[in-house]
Amino acid sequence: MKPFGRAEMAAKLAADIPEGWYVNLGIGLPTLVADYVPAEREVVFHSENGILGMGPAPPEDAVDTWLVNAGKENVTLRTGASLVHHADSFMMIRGGHLDLCVLGAYEVAANGDIANWTTSLNDAVPAVGGAMDLAAGARRLWVMMEHTTKDGRPRLVERCAYPLTALAAVKRIYTNLAVIDVSARGFEVRLVADGVSFEALQERTGAKLHRPA
Amino acid sequence: MIDKRVASMAEALAGIADGSTVLVGGFGAVGQPNALIDGLIEQGAKDLIIVANNAGMDAKVGLPRLMAAGRARKLVCSFPRGSTVFDELYKAGRIELEVVPQGTLAERIRAAGAGIPAFYTPTGVGTKLAEGKEQRHVGGRDCILEHALKADVALVEAWRADRWGNLTYKGSGRNFNPVMAAAATLTVVQSQHIDELGALDPEAVVTPGIFVSRVLHVPYGNPPPGNRRADVARPEAKR
Repeated sequence: MKPFGRAEMAAKLAADIPEGWYVNLGIGLPTLVADYVPAEREVVFHSENGILGMGPAPPEDAVDTWLVNAGKENVTLRTGASLVHHADSFMMIRGGHLDLCVLGAYEVAANGDIANWTTSLNDAVPAVGGAMDLAAGARRLWVMMEHTTKDGRPRLVERCAYPLTALAAVKRIYTNLAVIDVSARGFEVRLVADGVSFEALQERTGAKLHRPA
Repeated sequence: MIDKRVASMAEALAGIADGSTVLVGGFGAVGQPNALIDGLIEQGAKDLIIVANNAGMDAKVGLPRLMAAGRARKLVCSFPRGSTVFDELYKAGRIELEVVPQGTLAERIRAAGAGIPAFYTPTGVGTKLAEGKEQRHVGGRDCILEHALKADVALVEAWRADRWGNLTYKGSGRNFNPVMAAAATLTVVQSQHIDELGALDPEAVVTPGIFVSRVLHVPYGNPPPGNRRADVARPEAKR
């Protein structure tokens, strides 16, 4: 079995983003995706804090500290970028203007429910950021995550156990083992990593997998 | 003559009462009116409800200092991470927290400024944050009712200001600032530059002076660098 590395996952997802899409990449793993979209393919990246047309991280000697992304990392503007305030930025998100949002997740259910904002409502300080707006507002929500937890429990499940971020929102999942669509039937396998059989994938998944129709 | 400029911090923050709801602009370290927050600690108002996207970063600067001084009884926030000061107060039960999805937070503040008392939104439906909220099927989707977030005070950071209170911002420092400026009874601005009336291009003014009460000149320079990216990819084809 040869699981996809993080870079491979990002590259696979990036290859599925066509020119002309407006895209928001969640903090963490999804941020990598931008590095695999070639600049000549015009994909416009959005950042919650009011940037449309975000470019890559700046070289260390040319950092503009007035520009940060949603993860509070310094970024750049690409030619054609615009800056807006928070209500306008979330108008883009909540008004269904983004073609795609990519988020990390703890769990995704076979009906598209996503849990990605907190693992407990008791001891930790709960922090949601823009995840609920993005999950409910973007035209498509794709998730990028490891197929199982560190101790081997499935993250693709029948029902999420962690607190939900949004109901029936996820359309596709990119994991280190497979690319899976969420359809009316449930989880539909589009693609598997080298040496991963359908049966092996099913063993590592907490809900029924379907072969593509 | 209209002149909203004030000469001192004391004048800028005069009259802010105990128990006030205070909107604080900023996202990460950018666009945060830290001088005004320091001034508010000095001014002494307590029992405050603070509305801000983050709980601050550096423990010695801005909101964490205000919270450590015990002046805030509640934080309304989307992402209260990054400050150990807030974590400790919260875990000790010494500060209340209302977590609000970031877009709902922005829209609740915008609605207050626009005279909209409440609105329906699909954001948060079916989650813990929908508990206790009216739910209704509107426009083909399940929605929850969210209320406008009107405040007594807004603390705003601008890049340029004139004596009428017209404002522009820099980079991603705009964030919540223009939305908050319109949603408070008293809007106090710290601005890096003060321009002659007429020097700001009317086409480029982001916050018109009607929303602004007082302007203080605070030329502090640049915000500190942001977080380091933890996992930089090294693709074959560099962008």
